[in-house]
Amino acid sequence: MRITWWFRKNLIRVYMVLGFTYLFIPVAYTFAFSFNNGGKSNLVWKGFTLGNWQNPCGAPDVCVALGNSIRVGVISTVLATVLGTLIAFAIGRHQFKGRSFTNTLIFLPMATPEVVLGASLLAMFLNLGINPGFWPVVIAHVMFCISFVVVTVKARIASLDPRLEQAAMDLYANEFETFRKVTLPLVAPGIAGAALLAFSLSFDDFIITNFNSGTLTTFPKFVYVASARGIPPQANVIGSAMFFLALFIVIAGQLVSRRKAR
Amino acid sequence: MAFLHAAGSKVTSLKEKRSLLPYLLLAPGMLWLFTFFILPIVNLAQTSTQTPLANGDTGSYEQTFRFANYIDAFVDNKEQFGRSFLYAFLATALALAIAYPLAYGIAFKSGKYKNLLLVLVVAPFFTSFLLRTIAWKQILGEEGPVISVFRGLHIIGENTSLTASSFAVVTGLTYNFLPFMTLPLYASLERIDPRTMEAAGDLYANAFTTFRKVTLPLSLPGVVAGTLLTFIPAAGDYVNAAILGNPNTKMLGNVIESRFFKIVDYPTAAALSFTLMTAILILVTIYIRKAGTEELV
Repeated sequence: MRITWWFRKNLIRVYMVLGFTYLFIPVAYTFAFSFNNGGKSNLVWKGFTLGNWQNPCGAPDVCVALGNSIRVGVISTVLATVLGTLIAFAIGRHQFKGRSFTNTLIFLPMATPEVVLGASLLAMFLNLGINPGFWPVVIAHVMFCISFVVVTVKARIASLDPRLEQAAMDLYANEFETFRKVTLPLVAPGIAGAALLAFSLSFDDFIITNFNSGTLTTFPKFVYVASARGIPPQANVIGSAMFFLALFIVIAGQLVSRRKAR
Repeated sequence: MAFLHAAGSKVTSLKEKRSLLPYLLLAPGMLWLFTFFILPIVNLAQTSTQTPLANGDTGSYEQTFRFANYIDAFVDNKEQFGRSFLYAFLATALALAIAYPLAYGIAFKSGKYKNLLLVLVVAPFFTSFLLRTIAWKQILGEEGPVISVFRGLHIIGENTSLTASSFAVVTGLTYNFLPFMTLPLYASLERIDPRTMEAAGDLYANAFTTFRKVTLPLSLPGVVAGTLLTFIPAAGDYVNAAILGNPNTKMLGNVIESRFFKIVDYPTAAALSFTLMTAILILVTIYIRKAGTEELV
């Protein structure tokens, strides 16, 4: 019995190590090749250099694309987070007719393949005589991010202890004060998580963006187009930097919430 | 409920306002989804039955309600259709096989490192997914390390390559959607009270029986959510097939993309999109009914 338990325990551990290795191989590869002295094409290892990190905008257009991605990402995130949070509060805190219709409308964009979302929006924009570009991309990103924000924030609202709000009311806080001083601060981590999720979805989106962007280049689109003739190592620098930045934000967020919990 | 309980009795004049409030909260977001999700889908349905203008330019179409567009589109692309669903199915099965033990380990075997490991599952996905897919292409490619090892060990022949194959496409799809599988699995496993497993052990169930009769059934909502979140985007994906595949591994997404941009054949692209969406929705509905979990959203 003891041997089986030991074996099972360690089997899972071995499996986890393999699983994480699989997850991190392409990341490690991308990181390693960000130090490649490969010039314009980054296919074969040609020697170590820090040059790419010292001059991430060295390759033409890579920083233009990055700038566009950040602008699209920030605007879409703000809009989607506000709209999605309002919906989440309506669903999580109120009784109203048309609830299941609302839930279906939230679920459907997540159950629709991106290629359909992208193609249908572009077809409509073209019919209306709207040229693809910056704002169509923002509109599309807000559309597919809303559902994810709703789901994330709703889960947080559902996990709140209703007695906290009751206590505030018992202490003569009116509805608005209760919301502002009790409910909102408690839901805030959920909203922050939703915003982070929305930004990473927007920043990494290629398929829907490709349909609706016209001549606008975003970072994923730059990588896709460049992949035909070789991606400059600066793209690896930006990809790796995003990885470390996101990791830092998530870990810092966890540390802050842990300290608050104490 | 807490709101109503505490405040309901003192303000009756506010009642009407309160019943309007949820709709006010819903309105902006719902309007957005209606305008930029529902209307385009309706518009897509209209486009799908159009035919080219008699002597018009390329890209000009008129509405003739030609439903045979669907049949033509399907017959012309039935291989890509089958491939989309086959690859998505294989990728979902593989992702489940990889993600379940991973999620299980994080939930039950990682102690104080639980949160860190959870972050590490998501972390790779902050590096652009295109960069990671291209990294796979180079790792599995002719100049990469894997192929020489495989050839040296005679696992594959001298002339077989790993890239530009259905193997590479399925690998890429599996990899890309792995966190969508792992996170819901973890969420449902983590909710299981460990005492239920101990109880099974006390009742003389061995480890395998405990897993089969207790852990697995309790984690089913996670399995359903994870497989859906993997299958749906995988079936509609065209990036993996474009980067890691060859002309014989094209999926439906590739066809829709090229009909749209290269051939400017909007009706066929629309008919294919609509068929793909409907097929997925039907599969998802049957699956959710069978699995008996409607609490997804």
